[in-house]
Amino acid sequence: MSERTDVTLNVNGRFYPLRLEPRRTLLDAIRDECGLTGTHMGCEHGVCGACTVLVDGAPIRACLMFAVQAEGAMIRTVEGLANGDRLHPLQRALIAHHGVQCGFCTPGFLMLAAGILEREPEIGDDELLEALSSNLCRCTGYQGIVAAVRAAIAEWRAGSS
Amino acid sequence: MSADPNTSAGPVLGRSLPRLEDPPLVRGRGRFVGDISFPHQLHMRVVRSPYAHARLRAIDVAAALGAPGVVAVWTAADIADLPAIDFRDPAAEALRPYRQPLLAEERLRYVGEPAAAVFATDPYLAEDAADLVAIEADELPPVLDAAAPPGRFAEGLSTSQGLSTSQGLSTEAVEMHGGYGEVEAAFASAHAIVALDLEIGRHSGVPLEPRGALAYWDASRDVLELYGAAKVPHRNRDALARMFGRAAAAVVLKEGNTGGGFGVRGELYPEDFLVCLAALRLERPVKWIEDRRENLMAANHSRQQRHLVRVAVDAEGHVLALDDELYLDQGAYVRTHGARVLEMTIGMLPGPYHIPAYRAVGHFRLTNKTPAATYRAPGRYEGSFVRERLLDAVADRLGLDRIEVRRRNLIAKREMPFSRPLSALGTEIVYDSGDYALLLDKALAQIGWDALQTELKRRRAAGELVGAGLGIFVDKGGLGPADGARVTVDTTGAVELVTGGSNVGQGFATAMAQICADALGVDYRRVRVVYGQTDRIQYGIGAHASRASVMTGGATHAATLKLREKALDMAASLLQAAPGELNIEDGVVVHRGRPGGPSIALGEIARHLAPDSPVLGDRDPGLCAEGWFRTSHMTYPYGVQIAVVRVDGDTGQAAVERYLCAYDIGRAINPMLVEGQLVGGIVQGLGGALYEEFRYDERGEPLSVTFADYLMPTLREVPPIEILLTEDAPSPLNPLGIKSAGEGGITPVGAVIAAAIDDALTLPGAITRLPATPQRIKALLRAAAQRARPVAAEG
Repeated sequence: MSERTDVTLNVNGRFYPLRLEPRRTLLDAIRDECGLTGTHMGCEHGVCGACTVLVDGAPIRACLMFAVQAEGAMIRTVEGLANGDRLHPLQRALIAHHGVQCGFCTPGFLMLAAGILEREPEIGDDELLEALSSNLCRCTGYQGIVAAVRAAIAEWRAGSS
Repeated sequence: MSADPNTSAGPVLGRSLPRLEDPPLVRGRGRFVGDISFPHQLHMRVVRSPYAHARLRAIDVAAALGAPGVVAVWTAADIADLPAIDFRDPAAEALRPYRQPLLAEERLRYVGEPAAAVFATDPYLAEDAADLVAIEADELPPVLDAAAPPGRFAEGLSTSQGLSTSQGLSTEAVEMHGGYGEVEAAFASAHAIVALDLEIGRHSGVPLEPRGALAYWDASRDVLELYGAAKVPHRNRDALARMFGRAAAAVVLKEGNTGGGFGVRGELYPEDFLVCLAALRLERPVKWIEDRRENLMAANHSRQQRHLVRVAVDAEGHVLALDDELYLDQGAYVRTHGARVLEMTIGMLPGPYHIPAYRAVGHFRLTNKTPAATYRAPGRYEGSFVRERLLDAVADRLGLDRIEVRRRNLIAKREMPFSRPLSALGTEIVYDSGDYALLLDKALAQIGWDALQTELKRRRAAGELVGAGLGIFVDKGGLGPADGARVTVDTTGAVELVTGGSNVGQGFATAMAQICADALGVDYRRVRVVYGQTDRIQYGIGAHASRASVMTGGATHAATLKLREKALDMAASLLQAAPGELNIEDGVVVHRGRPGGPSIALGEIARHLAPDSPVLGDRDPGLCAEGWFRTSHMTYPYGVQIAVVRVDGDTGQAAVERYLCAYDIGRAINPMLVEGQLVGGIVQGLGGALYEEFRYDERGEPLSVTFADYLMPTLREVPPIEILLTEDAPSPLNPLGIKSAGEGGITPVGAVIAAAIDDALTLPGAITRLPATPQRIKALLRAAAQRARPVAAEG
């Protein structure tokens, strides 16, 4: 159980050489070993989505993946979203549309939405709502989050057209 | 509503300015308790009872003690010198025997009860070792129905209630009475009596961030620090200091970011005491982060009540009297609130209506479930369900329109302030202001009630199960008695506002910064708001029962006005003007009506107020001031909510199509934040009305211990929610006219949804139990179909 193995994680373009137990989740490795605590633990069984990160561009639950499984993949977390002082359109939109209250679910929603934005910018509204319903928020009633993601997608499309 | 991008011009109060809290949160720079670590820290894992009710024989910790990384394993015997967890406020002596010990002693009373604590160098190793702890116990039959005749909580205990030792201690901890007027006489002379048997399910706040605590004992200063505080850090500091026999100043609570409060988080639980005790005794920092399963079986539950209620009315539908016997399922122990939820249920149940005579008998009963306490709008979600169900039933019985019945019973504007001989949170109930009929009119106009009825009728005729429900409610907030704040401007002009408040996600810092900035005349972004740090300010009222805006806001306002006066006094002397001729604009003192005249920045004034300043004179040094706000009564915001619900006849699933919340806030500090609070509350209310329930099997085994079983609304279940925010009835109790926003959204949701489902099914009074799950709605539809069938067909 406690036998450790060497693994190198690429998180936000930076390499983290780690020595950890194979049973350690990607979530715990990102938080405790890499020190990137923006990714949150909400349920540890893949329902709430607070731990959503991008692995090779796809949103995944970091609580359901072992760190060793992520070796060689490009992992992106909320800390990598902004470009220096310039916030990502999704981050700006969440502030503008009051999509944040306690902020605990926020990084997971951001990474889920970033995955959608980058992979399916032409997504239909119904599919968007379906995709966003895979994460839980307990504070906002979702209204601000939906408004923000819609606005960011519109901005993204306008910018890339 | 989106935030006002133009943040520097115009008045600051009453504007939807962006939150100061957001920039770090959207960058993942929040500092939640799980994000904090100390070198050399230990991790606690709690071993929990697998039994709902059992006599504890032994706990074998030998194997766990020998496991890798384990430093200590505690059972009750190891901490026998510590008492049970006390009540926050003075509570009836009769409740004391029902308090929860830090670790189970002779009995295990619910699945999830802490029985042992493992301390190890790594959280994984702590969990491994916890699995090796063996609990030996003899199972006892569990008590699972609070409305059944009371059983025995413990044998051989005599209490101040005078129960004899042979009877033991009853599972009915308290029978509470409330009311006034001649109830019997009113029922005797009534035109009609309507009786209902209503149940509200067991559900709770369930913040997305699990509970956590990190205790650190600084031996050099002999100070115990606890990270992960929330809600009421100062009150909790006092409770911890009492428990450990320490001076209050030798215990420091530190609140960082908090992942949702809702009444549940920030209460003192056994685990909070255990990490503190372990930090003191093991002399290492100790961290504990619960997992979701623990959260669902160990953090406070709430709500579960059954009401056997009757109302007497005259022929016009005027309520003559209300008689309620209610049973509150408290779970296994009485926690920090004592019997407050029961008191609030009784005190707030009459709501916005004239109830000439009222009698409530509340049974506060212990069962073998997770202990219960407050969840957003405690007592009012339950009471509003009961009251509004009754009004709907009266309308149905008398063949009257349900809106008309409500109108006939509403308390009128001219009767304000309106007092009732009842109490809630220990204060007399006096509605401070309100125009309930006006808000009802506005809500009906906003949703287009008459056109909506026509449309729903048409859709029902076409075979759809669709209907509308309405509820009116009064909420409460702003309970005193007093709160203070301290504001300081430094030599750069930066403002620091130190409060004893708590920021559990509601935007407290932004709201306080707006009040301060507005009163002082600075950009609200220059105000740094301190909250939840017990070593920064002596007292703090915290964030509970919707009181932060009124109390800490009032204190902030008072402190800032004093600081402003001091600034203008100094500026007047420096600019050789009269203070009355001066004003503060964007952090600079200017001469009113003399644009371009002499001016001086606040930072500069602060420099002239330094202790060594040659122009200080007799003034106290520093550009700072402390202010207090005091009040003896609560504020009473009110609202009207309307829902349109469609039921799927095949699955029994109710879907909310439309939702309107009309709410009079008195005065909004930041309308965007108010709307956020209302919408968030409504969606939680939908959870309790339709989906969320802590269920137990017949052995007391909890069945809702994952998010796959405890179903919270996702955005798929949530319709667009319309908010009609009004400011028709500012509170006369504070200078800003503020009421409160935290709990009004959730208060009537159960009632409104139940009424809408009744209407959709064309079965008046059908919904008597929340949550209205698909199974329950299907059962109602089946029963209705059965009744509709001719009797002969059955034979």
